[in-house]
Amino acid sequence: MAQIRVENLRKSFDQFTAVHGSTFTIDDGAFFAMLGPSGCGKTTTLRMIAGLELPTEGKILLDGEDVTFRRAAARDIAFVFQLFALYPHMNVAENIAFPLKCQGMAKREISERVQETARLLRIEHLLSSTTSKLSGGDRQRVALGRAMVRRPKAFLMDEPLGALDAEFRHLMCGELRDLHDRIGATTIYVTHDQLEAMSMADQIAVMNRGRVEQIGSPQQIYDRPASMFVADFIGSPSMNFLRFEGGLRTGDRAVVFHDASLAVPEIRRDCAPAPLALGVRPEHIRFTDGAPVRGEVFGAEYLGTTQIVTVDTAHGRVAARLPSSAMVRIGETVGLEFRSERLVLFDVGSGLAIPTANEGSVRHG
Amino acid sequence: MTTAAAKSTAHSIVEASPRAKAVAGGIVILYAVITILPLLWIVATGFKSQSDAIAYPPKVIFEPTLEGYVNLFTVRTRQTPDFIAKLPPPETWYDKLARQRDMVIAGPSKVVPRFVNSLIIGFGSTFLAVFLGTLAAYAFSRFRIPLADDLLFFILSTRMMPPVAVAIPIYLMYRQLNLTDTRLGMILLYTAVNVSLAVWLLKGFIDEIPREYEEAALVDGYTRLQALRKVVLPQAVTGIAATAIFCLIFSWNEYAFAVLLTSGEAQTMPPFIPFIIGEGGQDWPAVAAATTLFVVPIVLFTVLLRKHLLRGITFGAVRK
Repeated sequence: MAQIRVENLRKSFDQFTAVHGSTFTIDDGAFFAMLGPSGCGKTTTLRMIAGLELPTEGKILLDGEDVTFRRAAARDIAFVFQLFALYPHMNVAENIAFPLKCQGMAKREISERVQETARLLRIEHLLSSTTSKLSGGDRQRVALGRAMVRRPKAFLMDEPLGALDAEFRHLMCGELRDLHDRIGATTIYVTHDQLEAMSMADQIAVMNRGRVEQIGSPQQIYDRPASMFVADFIGSPSMNFLRFEGGLRTGDRAVVFHDASLAVPEIRRDCAPAPLALGVRPEHIRFTDGAPVRGEVFGAEYLGTTQIVTVDTAHGRVAARLPSSAMVRIGETVGLEFRSERLVLFDVGSGLAIPTANEGSVRHG
Repeated sequence: MTTAAAKSTAHSIVEASPRAKAVAGGIVILYAVITILPLLWIVATGFKSQSDAIAYPPKVIFEPTLEGYVNLFTVRTRQTPDFIAKLPPPETWYDKLARQRDMVIAGPSKVVPRFVNSLIIGFGSTFLAVFLGTLAAYAFSRFRIPLADDLLFFILSTRMMPPVAVAIPIYLMYRQLNLTDTRLGMILLYTAVNVSLAVWLLKGFIDEIPREYEEAALVDGYTRLQALRKVVLPQAVTGIAATAIFCLIFSWNEYAFAVLLTSGEAQTMPPFIPFIIGEGGQDWPAVAAATTLFVVPIVLFTVLLRKHLLRGITFGAVRK
C-alpha cells in the first residue's frame, strides 16, 4: 500500500503537450479517479505513474521515494488495461500466475496464490479455460486477478470497464469498489464516465486539455465546481449557464441579473464588471409564476421519477429537473425560480468559479 | 427462435446449387492441372531414359529407370565393352546400371556439395533476414524513431529496382572484399535483399498485436527483451512463418547473382542445374532429377509451416 505523489508532471510529444505540470497527492488506500474527456491527458498521466511513459518534466513519488525514471517492473504497481490484455497463448491460471513467474516464485506458492486470488474473484471454475472463451466480465476478473495476485503497492486502471456492456459495467462498478474496500490498496482509476467516477471514487481529479481542473470528493466536484468546464462535464444534464454582465463586491448576497435581483451565496471576492455566468443545476430549478426569469417550455423528457423540462429563455435554453408529477405543457410560459444557496457564479473570461460562501475553499488545479 | 423459423429467415447465405458447385469444382481442377502438370512432367522425366526424355511425340507411358539419378550423382567415363568385360563384377546396382551403357563410374558428382550450399545459403540468409527484420520491425512498430517514415521508405526503396541492376557494382565490391564465391558472401547478399521485405511484412504483423500485452508484461516484471521474446514473438509466429517462406523462396530460387558471383565453392543449385551435361548435350533426365530434388526442401518447409500460415492469429483475449 502506498501514497502516490505527482509533482509538476509534464509530458510533451514533439509539438503537442499532453500533460501540463499537474501536481497532486493520492493518499494511501484511496480510490482516486481521473476523469475527463478523451485526449485530456488522464491516460498519459497514468502511464507515467506506471512507468510505461517517461515524463518530460516533473517527479513521481511512491511512498516518498522518487521513482520517476525507474523501470515499470521495479515500481511494484499493477496495471489493468481497458482491453484486458490477457495473454492469448496462456490459459486463465497461467495468466494470473504470470507476474509471480516473472518474479521467480516457487511453483507451489504460485499455485496457492493463484487459487486464493481466484477464490476472491469467484473465478475458480475458470482457471483451466482459455481466455478467448471468456465473457467480457470474466476477462475483466482475470485481468484484475493478474493485477492482484502480486499484492502490489498500487493498482492503476485505465478505463477497465470501457469494453463492457452498460448493464455489466454497473455490476462491475460495485464489485470493484467492494474489492477495493476488502484489500484497501491505493487505486488510480482513469475513466471518461462520470457515473463510474462518482459512484466509486473517494477523490476525483477532473482533467481537461492536459490540466487538472479540480480535485475533490464527488460531492465537492458536483456541488462546487471550480470551473465552467467541470460544471459542464459533471452532471447529466449538465449545469445551466445563464450569462450576464456585472460587477461583484465581497459580502454581496444578490446579483443584478438583467435588471432583476437574484439572491446568491455570499460573495467572497471583489470582481470588476465583466461577463459573468450564473451556474444552476437542473434539479435546483422550480417553476414559479412570479419568478423574474421567464421562458417558454420547449420540451419534456420523461425519466420515471423525474422529468427533464427544457425552457427557452431570453438568456438561452435551460434544462430543469422536475418531479414527473408536475404538469407541464409545451409552449406555456413559466417563471424559473432557483435555489439561491446552490447557485455558482463564474467569471466567463477565465472560466473559473468566483468564491462564495457556498464554495468554501475550492482548490484550483 | 425455432429451427423452422431459422431456416426460413436464413436467406442471406444460400447453399450453392449443384451446378454452381460443379462449375466451381471444374475450374479448380483445371487450374490444378495447369499448375501441377509441368511439375509432374519434370518428376516423370527424371525417371525416363535419355531417349525417352527427348522422344517425339512425348511419351507419357514409359519404362521407369533410375539412370537420370545415377547420372546426376556420379561422374562416369565411357569404356570399350572389352574393358568392361575384364572388370570384376559390379558391386552395386548403380555400377550395374552404368555398365549396361558402357560406362564406368569414376566418382561422385558435385551435386551434393551444391545442394548443401543451397541449403546453407538459403536457410542461413532466411534466418538472418527474419531475425534482423523482426527486431527492426518491432522497433519501428513500438518506438518513436526519428525519421521513422523516411527510414521505412529507404528500406522499401531498395526493392524498387531489380536487384540485378546492381549486380556489377556488387560483383566489383565483392571481388575487393574477397567475398566472391563464398557462402558468407551469398548469405549476406540474400539477407540484404530479403531484409527489406521482412521488415515491412513483419511490421504489419507486429502492428496488429496490441501493445497492451507487452506493457502488461513490462509492469508485471519483464524487461523489454523478455517481453518481446515471451509475449510478442509467440503471437507473431504466423507472420514470422509467412515471412520466412517468402525469404526462403527468394534465396532458394535466386539465379542471376548466383551465376555471377559463384562458380565453384559456393555455387548453389540454380546455376548448377542447367549445366548438367551428358553425352552429346544436355542430360535431360539428370536435369529433371536435380529439379525434382531441388523442389523438395521448399515443399517440406511450406508444409511444416502450413499450420502457422493457416492459423488465424488468436486475438481472442482482446476485444477490438
